[in-house]
Amino acid sequence: MQSKSFLQKIERPFVALFLIVGGVLVSVPFLWMISSSFKEESEVLNIPPQLFPSNPTFENYINLFQSLNFGVYLKNTLIIVLFSFLGLLLNAMAGYGFAKFNFKGKQKLFYIVLATMMIPAQVTMIPVYLLLNEMGLTNTMTGIVLPGLAVAFSIFLFRQFMTTIPNDLIEAARLDGAGEFYIFFKLIIPIAKPIFAVQGILTFIGAWNSFLWPLIIANDESLYTLSVGLSLLQGQYANNYALQMAGAAFMVIPIVIIFSFFQKYIVEGFTMSGLK
Amino acid sequence: MKGILKSVSQAKHGLMFIAPAVLILFVFSIVPIIIAFFISFTDLNLKGLADWSNISFIGFENYVELFSDELFHKSIYNTIFYVLIGVPLVIFFSLGIALLLNYGTSKLFTVFRAVYYMPSITNIIAVAVVWGYLYNTEYGLFNYLLSLLSADKIPWLTDPTIAKLSLIILAVWKGIGINMIIFLAALQGIPQSYYEAAKIDGANRFQTLFYVTIPLLRYATFFVTVTTLIGWMQFFEEPFVMTDGGPLDGTISIALFIYKNGFQFSEFGYAAAGSFILFIFIIVTTLVQFKVRKSDTEY
Repeated sequence: MQSKSFLQKIERPFVALFLIVGGVLVSVPFLWMISSSFKEESEVLNIPPQLFPSNPTFENYINLFQSLNFGVYLKNTLIIVLFSFLGLLLNAMAGYGFAKFNFKGKQKLFYIVLATMMIPAQVTMIPVYLLLNEMGLTNTMTGIVLPGLAVAFSIFLFRQFMTTIPNDLIEAARLDGAGEFYIFFKLIIPIAKPIFAVQGILTFIGAWNSFLWPLIIANDESLYTLSVGLSLLQGQYANNYALQMAGAAFMVIPIVIIFSFFQKYIVEGFTMSGLK
Repeated sequence: MKGILKSVSQAKHGLMFIAPAVLILFVFSIVPIIIAFFISFTDLNLKGLADWSNISFIGFENYVELFSDELFHKSIYNTIFYVLIGVPLVIFFSLGIALLLNYGTSKLFTVFRAVYYMPSITNIIAVAVVWGYLYNTEYGLFNYLLSLLSADKIPWLTDPTIAKLSLIILAVWKGIGINMIIFLAALQGIPQSYYEAAKIDGANRFQTLFYVTIPLLRYATFFVTVTTLIGWMQFFEEPFVMTDGGPLDGTISIALFIYKNGFQFSEFGYAAAGSFILFIFIIVTTLVQFKVRKSDTEY
């Protein structure tokens, strides 16, 4: 065994240093957002800018709810999140159906589901709007939620996971006289917890961030989501950067918190999906 | 008899489970493709929406018009600009960071994995609002930092070419996370024995990287390249929220062109034709990549 050369000795600290410098650079927008959101309206326009607020204030955050309608936007966003979890359940059911049942044309149907992933959003955007318009669902919460309920990629991941569940387990439950839905809810869902964890986080993030579709469908401010509200704020208070930063922070921080708790599952989820 | 009964029940229950999601997908993904195809041959606009008798079939007129539309040319040029610069940068940075993160397993590496992933799950509007402030010519942090180096102010979002680059920086920052995780998952799937074999053969660090690690990542690299390219060809949200396509249409992309024609000018037929051209671009690019990959010999 030869002794470690000088190069090998400094390699590890060097990699760590590289990661830290890069990490700080990547975090600059976040740190600047948080710092500025606690500044007073006039302070954010100071030249030279100060790193930390001189009189930290919560005023901007309070203003979001008092002068602006962030309470309403938050409520709408949470409704969308709630429905997206219903969608998650539908996707899980479909994944289970594709994984564990045999019927004619199943493979073809599954390929069609996969093929829908290729379709760019810009192609379906206009016809979906026209369809919802015909159904009288524009400017309604249903119209905002409905098209996003089924997600092909999610069905695919659920199917991949559920294929690995042993058939004998399901057969045994059937012999015990359990109904199909009973089996799904009491047996399959508990086994599929890891994939539900990953999909649950991704669904939450997607729904929380949803912007374009609510913007297209919602005409009334009472249906706006947080991101639509934030873009409205950016237009109305173009020079009040402190207020803008508070609005952005209000959207970003919940995601950051949820993600730091569950990040382990997201990484595992990608390993699980078999992308190696 | 029992066998038949069983397969009937299998079919019934199977369909029951898949029906809700597949129906929604059918109505909001498959049917719209067909509708888009038909309306791309019509002059459907707000008048037509109010009364269907105002819609008339105009053949290839929308497509012909698109080919002489200066703005559409510009949006194709800009989209190619975004793709050619942005996609290699995303792949380079996400692979590079994944390799660095794969170096160790200590707490530090887990924390930084989260740090690098964070931008990709951050809301695009929040990102646009924050970067809009950072890019501000007068009060922005970037120009202040440049002034410390006594450099001139950069018109981040007000010069057509620089604005494109500014949007690319933002999109690369946001795009690294997810691809980095895919590379990381692939790296962790490489058996340790391969590295040991390389070591016994006397390969140094760089030889191991270029002759063992990177070739073994070819499936992940292919997946990342295909999905990133498809994503960047649909480049939309960044110019939509940051510049609205300006200045002087310098940042308008094909996707934004379609959105503007559809939802701002209500020229649904024209926009649908544009969206089909984008669709064809995407299909052709993807097919070419699969073709190139097939000629890639196994070893």
